Amino acid sequence: MTPLLSVQGITKRYGAHIGCADVSFDLYPGEVMGIVGESGSGKSTLLNCMAGHLTPDAGQVVFDTRTDGPRDTITMSEPERRMLGRTDWAFVHQHARDGLRMGVSAGGNVGERLMAVGERHYGDIRAKATDWLGRVEIDASRVDDRPTTFSGGMQQRLQIARNLVTGPRLVFMDEPTGGLDVSVQARLLDLLRGLVRDMGLSAIIVTHDLAVVRLLADRLMVMKSGRVVEAGLTDQVLDDPQHAYSQLLVSSVLQV
Amino acid sequence: MIELKDVSKTFTLHNQGSAVIEVISNVSFAVAPGECVALTGASGAGKSTLMRMIYGNYLTQAGEIRIGGLDIVRSEPRDIIKLRRDVLGYVSQFLRVVPRVPTLDVVAEPLRALGVPAGDAQDRASALLTQLNIPERLWPLSPTTFSGGEQQRVNIARGFAHTYPAMLLDEPTASLDAANREVVLSLIEDAKARGAAIIGIFHDAAARARVCDREIDVSRFTPGMAA
Repeated sequence: MTPLLSVQGITKRYGAHIGCADVSFDLYPGEVMGIVGESGSGKSTLLNCMAGHLTPDAGQVVFDTRTDGPRDTITMSEPERRMLGRTDWAFVHQHARDGLRMGVSAGGNVGERLMAVGERHYGDIRAKATDWLGRVEIDASRVDDRPTTFSGGMQQRLQIARNLVTGPRLVFMDEPTGGLDVSVQARLLDLLRGLVRDMGLSAIIVTHDLAVVRLLADRLMVMKSGRVVEAGLTDQVLDDPQHAYSQLLVSSVLQV
Repeated sequence: MIELKDVSKTFTLHNQGSAVIEVISNVSFAVAPGECVALTGASGAGKSTLMRMIYGNYLTQAGEIRIGGLDIVRSEPRDIIKLRRDVLGYVSQFLRVVPRVPTLDVVAEPLRALGVPAGDAQDRASALLTQLNIPERLWPLSPTTFSGGEQQRVNIARGFAHTYPAMLLDEPTASLDAANREVVLSLIEDAKARGAAIIGIFHDAAARARVCDREIDVSRFTPGMAA
C-alpha cells in the first residue's frame, strides 16, 4: 500500500532557532496521527510546513495525489498546491475565526469551498451546505446567520463542515478542541471520530491534550525542542512511554 | 495462535533516578485455537503487564510475541492496529469511551470499524446487551454514568461484539453478580467452541477452573519474586 503522505527530513529554522528538525514519517489512508509536546516544541511549525503554509528549509512532503500518484508538494507549483488545499486537503485552525469568513453567512462559508471546486448551481450548493450543517449539529435555521452570531463551539463545528464538504482525504488539525468547554469538546470528538470512520479520512492532529489523542489518534509522535523524541501506537506511548520527556509529559496530567 | 518466545520486559523510570525495574523475564508459552489459558500469580506478579505486552500496549524489550503469524514486538503501528481490529480482542478492567456516545454505539463500534453496516452492528450489540442484562432504557445513554458492574458488562459486550480468533480477558467476571457471571462464562465457552485462543486473568477460582484448560504461574518469570 502506498502511504497517503510521506514526510521526509522536514526541517524549518527561524534564524538560529530551530522550529522543527529532521522529522520523517509515513501516514497511510484511514490513519489518524497525533502530535503532542509542550508549547514551543515545533508541533505547529511542522503542521504548517506539511500543509504548505510555511516553506521548510529542507525535506519532502510527498502526497499521493488522485491523478498523478505520489508528488512532492513542496516543489509543486503554487496553483497546484492551492488546488490540493481546496480539494484533497483540509486545515482546521485552532481559532475558528482564522478558518472562517466572519462576514459571510454560515451557508456561504460552506458553499464557498464548493464553488472553489467548480460547483455553480445555487440550489445544489445550498442543499449541500444545509446537509453539512446538520452533520455537524448546527440547526438548519441558522444557515443564513453569520458566524459572528455563533458560539465558539458552533464556529468550530462550522469550520469543520466548511473543510469537509469537498470530501478531502487528509485533514490537518491544529488544536481542534482547544479553548472549548469540555462538554462541547466531547461532542466534537464524537463527531470527528464518526467522520474519520465513515469517510475514511486520514488526519494529523496537533494538540497538547493527551486525552484527545487517546480517543482520536491511532498513532502518536512526541516532540520536544523541534525534534521527535518518541513515536508509536497511541496507547503504547501513553501507557508505556520510553523517553524521559514522554514519561514526564504523561505523568504530569492531572487526574480528574 | 498466540506464541511467546523468551519474552522479557523492563521499565526504565527516567524521572525517578533512572531506576530500571525488571518485571518479566524469559516467558515462553503458546495458546492453541480453542484453548483458554489462565495467568495466575500474586498481585504485582506481572499478569496484567504480560497481557498488555501481548496486546502491544506495553513495549517488549526482548523476545517474540506472535499472534496469527505477526510478531507484534517488531511490527509497525498500522499492522498492530489492523491486528487489533480483525484478530486480537481485549477486554480490559476499565471502560474507556468518548463521553456522550450511546451505549448501543459503544458496543457496535468494533463491528463498525470492520465495515459491518450500522443496522447489523446494532442488532448484534442489542443481542449482547440483552444477554448481559443491560436494560433497554439504558442503551441510548452514555455508559460513563453507569454503575461499576454495568460498565463492566458494557465493556464485555463490546469485547465480544466481533468474533475475534484471539482474545485477552483481564478479570472479566470481577464485580459481577452470579447471573451475569454465568452469562460471561458462557460467552467465553462459546468463543472457545468456535476456536478462539484465549488468555485470561481470573481471581475467581471457580470460574478459572470451569473455562481454563491450563494455568501459567507468572511469578515464575518475575525476577525477585520467584521463591
